[in-house]
This record gives sequence, C-alpha cells and structure tokens, in this order.
Amino acid sequence: MEIDFVIEKFILVTAIFAISLLIAMYSTYAERKVAAFLQDRLGPDRAGPFGILQPLADGVKMFMKEEIIPANANKWLFMIGPGLAMLCACIGTAVIPWGQDMMVGDRLVKLQVTDINVGLLYIFGVISLGVYGVMIGGWASNNKYSLLSSIRAASQNISYEIAMGLSIIALLLVTNSLSLREIVAQQHGWHWNVLYQPLGFIIFMVCAFAETNRAPFDLPECEAELNGGYTIEYSSMKLGFYLFAEYINMFVSSTVMAALYFGGYNYPGMDYMATLLGPTWAPLFGTAIFFLKIFAFIFFFMWVRWTIPRFRYDQLMNLGWKGLIPLAIANIIITGIVIAIVNKF
Amino acid sequence: MGTSVFYFVATLSVFFALMVVFAKNPIHSVLYLILTFFTFTVHYVLLNAQFLAVVNFIVYMGAIMVLFLFVLMLLNLNKENEPNKSALLRIVGVIAGGCLVVTLIGSLKSVAITSPLVLKNPSLGLVENLGKELFGKFMLPFELSSLLLLSAMVGAVLLTKKEEKTNG
Repeated sequence: MEIDFVIEKFILVTAIFAISLLIAMYSTYAERKVAAFLQDRLGPDRAGPFGILQPLADGVKMFMKEEIIPANANKWLFMIGPGLAMLCACIGTAVIPWGQDMMVGDRLVKLQVTDINVGLLYIFGVISLGVYGVMIGGWASNNKYSLLSSIRAASQNISYEIAMGLSIIALLLVTNSLSLREIVAQQHGWHWNVLYQPLGFIIFMVCAFAETNRAPFDLPECEAELNGGYTIEYSSMKLGFYLFAEYINMFVSSTVMAALYFGGYNYPGMDYMATLLGPTWAPLFGTAIFFLKIFAFIFFFMWVRWTIPRFRYDQLMNLGWKGLIPLAIANIIITGIVIAIVNKF
Repeated sequence: MGTSVFYFVATLSVFFALMVVFAKNPIHSVLYLILTFFTFTVHYVLLNAQFLAVVNFIVYMGAIMVLFLFVLMLLNLNKENEPNKSALLRIVGVIAGGCLVVTLIGSLKSVAITSPLVLKNPSLGLVENLGKELFGKFMLPFELSSLLLLSAMVGAVLLTKKEEKTNG
C-alpha cells in the first residue's frame, strides 16, 4: 500500500463526502423552490440572491436551537438514533463508480472508492440497515406517536425490501455481475439497463421511494396522524440529522438508480467525446453527465412529493405485498425465459 | 495483522453475546444481538467469504433483527409484567446451562484441530465460486432446503388463517 494510493483514496472519499453533504444541503433548498414552482409561489428568496443562502441559514438555526432530551427517554439510544441514520445514509456511496478511469499526469485514477465484488448487495444491505436509526430513535423517545412511527417504518421497510431484492435479481440475470463497476461499464453508450428491464426499474423506483420514507410513502413521519412520527421529541441538530439523512438517502438512491438502470457515466456518443477531450477530461465529462442524471432523479422525487397524496397504511401494504412482489416475480420469470430463448438462437 | 484483528473481533463477539444475556431490557438485548451479528459479518470478511458476509448483513441484521425489534416494540415487555421466577427455576436453569456448557466443551475438545486448516481454494467464498459449488456439487441439498423453507412459510400462513376462523 504505497502512500500515493492512500492519498488518492483519501481525496476521493473526502470529495464524495463533501459533495453528498452539499447536494443534500441544496436539496432542501431545491425542494422548497420546486414546491413553490409547482404551487405557483416564489419560495425562499430572502437570504442572498434567489434565497441561495437559505440552507446555511437553516443550518445555523438548527445549531442554535435548544437541545432537549425528554426526561423519560432512553438517553444513549436517543442520541444514537440520529447518528445511526446519518451514518447509514453516508456509507452507501462507497461502492459507486463515479466515472471511467481518469489520467492525471501519467497516473491512472479510479473514480471509485472501492470495488468489492458484491457491491450491489452492499448497497442493498446499507439500505436495509437505514431503518434502525428511525426505529431506535422512535423507541428511545418514549412517546406513543414515535413508537407507532418506528413500527410503521419497520414493517414498511421489510415489505418493500423484498420487492426491491426481487427486482435486483431480474437485473442480475441481465448483467451477470454483482460488481457495480462492471454493471455500469456494461452499459456503454446507450445500452442502458432500463431498456432491458423497464418493469424492474419501475418496481425498484417505487421501492426506493418507500425505503427512503419519501412521499407518497412517508407514513412513518406523517404529520396528520402521528404529529411528525419519530422526530416528535427531537430538537436542534438531532432533528436536523434526521431531516438531513433523508435528503442524503434521496441522493444515494438517485445515484443507485442512475447507475444501475440509466447507465451511470455512460451517454450516447461517449467514444467520440473521448477522442475529442482526451483521457483526462472525457471521464470528468461523463461524471458531469452522471450528476445530471442524479439531479433529474432528485427532481423527480420532489415532483412526486407534490403530485401524489400519501397512501393509507393498508393501501401501502396491499401495494407492496399484492402488487409489487408478484409483479417482481413475474418479471424474473419473463426475464429468465427471454434470456434462455435469446441464448438458444 | 489478521490474527490480531481476529482476536479483537472475537473478543467483541463474546462480549456482545454475553451482553445479550445480561441486559435487563429486552430491546437492549436485541440491539446487542445486532452488534453480535455485525461482528460475525466482520469474521466472514476476515475469512474472505464476502458473499456470506454481505448476506449475513442483509438477512440477519437487515431483516430478521428488524422483525425481532418490531415484535418486541409491539409487546412492550418491562419489569412489571415479567413472570415471577422462583428460586427452584433458577437452580434448575443453572444446572441445565452448566450441563450444556460441559457437553459443548467436551464435544469441541474431541474435534479440536492443532494445525491450522488451509483451504485448497482461498477464494472459495467469492460469489462466483460459491454459486458454482451450490448449483453444481450441492444442487440437490440446496434445492431440498428451499422446499423446507417453503413448507415453513406455508405453515406460518396456515397458522394465521386458523386463528382468524376461531376469532370469528
């Protein structure tokens, strides 16, 4: 392990961490602006030009607020909850390939922190772990609303994990690999997986909405029934962590969807651009395209939030167990048959 | 370096496993159990069994323990509604546990290996090799175990159906 390898990875990790925090920060601003646009309002416009400093103002406000730990709460678990939510949100990006190998001087730099050969399952595991932050925090608050909310979060998470796993299996039949690096590299040019797995993509996306607790599946935190759910007893930056973790999760799931189904850093005509820009700038251009796709997904998340009303709890369970899971199984069978026929002829 | 990491993680596993038993609050027990499973995941990684590690991570930590936590949160067990344990029960428990420990130590001692086992193929735990083994050499037992799981699932569904009828 030579020293420049360590430095290279350190820079990459820091950059990814900073970028995900920055994107999550400006997602809060974007969410308000998108909401304002969809509802024909102006949105935040006081802090800085176009309200661009609004996230900073929000952050300062969160830090300055009084910190309250309820008397009957389980103190340690109450503090671990938001930390765990934040941790699980941040470690997901470690296996994402952000771009093709880049030449810096005469050194080949891999734009990926680590390429484990079960990368896809790693992301799946991190997503399934994310619910613990909500569960532990909700239980430790010692409040009936929070408890109900954490129970809802757990059952919702488990139900939609199954359909998500099944949709990933269909994807694996197409890609033949669990390594994210290979999956993205296979989608060279316009061979995006969404063309081969349209149904799988829709199932995966619906499940991603449910796993990130975003509208229309934000039942654990619905304000009308549960007064905000698991965040009810939280104040100051602990509340901020929960809210922030949700935006990071949104960023991570947008990234995963763009990488798995929409080609990641690949775009039509990338070979031409590679000869035009050279081995240093072409991969960076691909990364920029990747981020454009991610932003499109984040916008879609917000668009859906202000378009579709929240599901009722039984509707949520019906959709998960009776709708998505049979659909995902049918998708696997059809994919298998088609692959068998194609391989035969 | 590998050995020292192993001893460190193994100490943690034993410690967390003991905390599962000694924790007063059932929720704390489950949380310690989750940590125990996490240390097992690290053990699998140390053994170069990445697939098993990540499956252990997803299935045990991500799904089964969430269900455990879910059920315990619903039950809301605490000191007041804990069943009374008489002194006799405790003595019986200690004797039974002691017998189990003696049996386990005895059986483990007879299979103790003095020289370290070396795998012929150290990357056996990688997903490709594991899949080839499971769907080649061990095809029949693998498929049979899936039947076992299916029967368990059908049984669980049947149990809930029966309850519905008696409740009207």
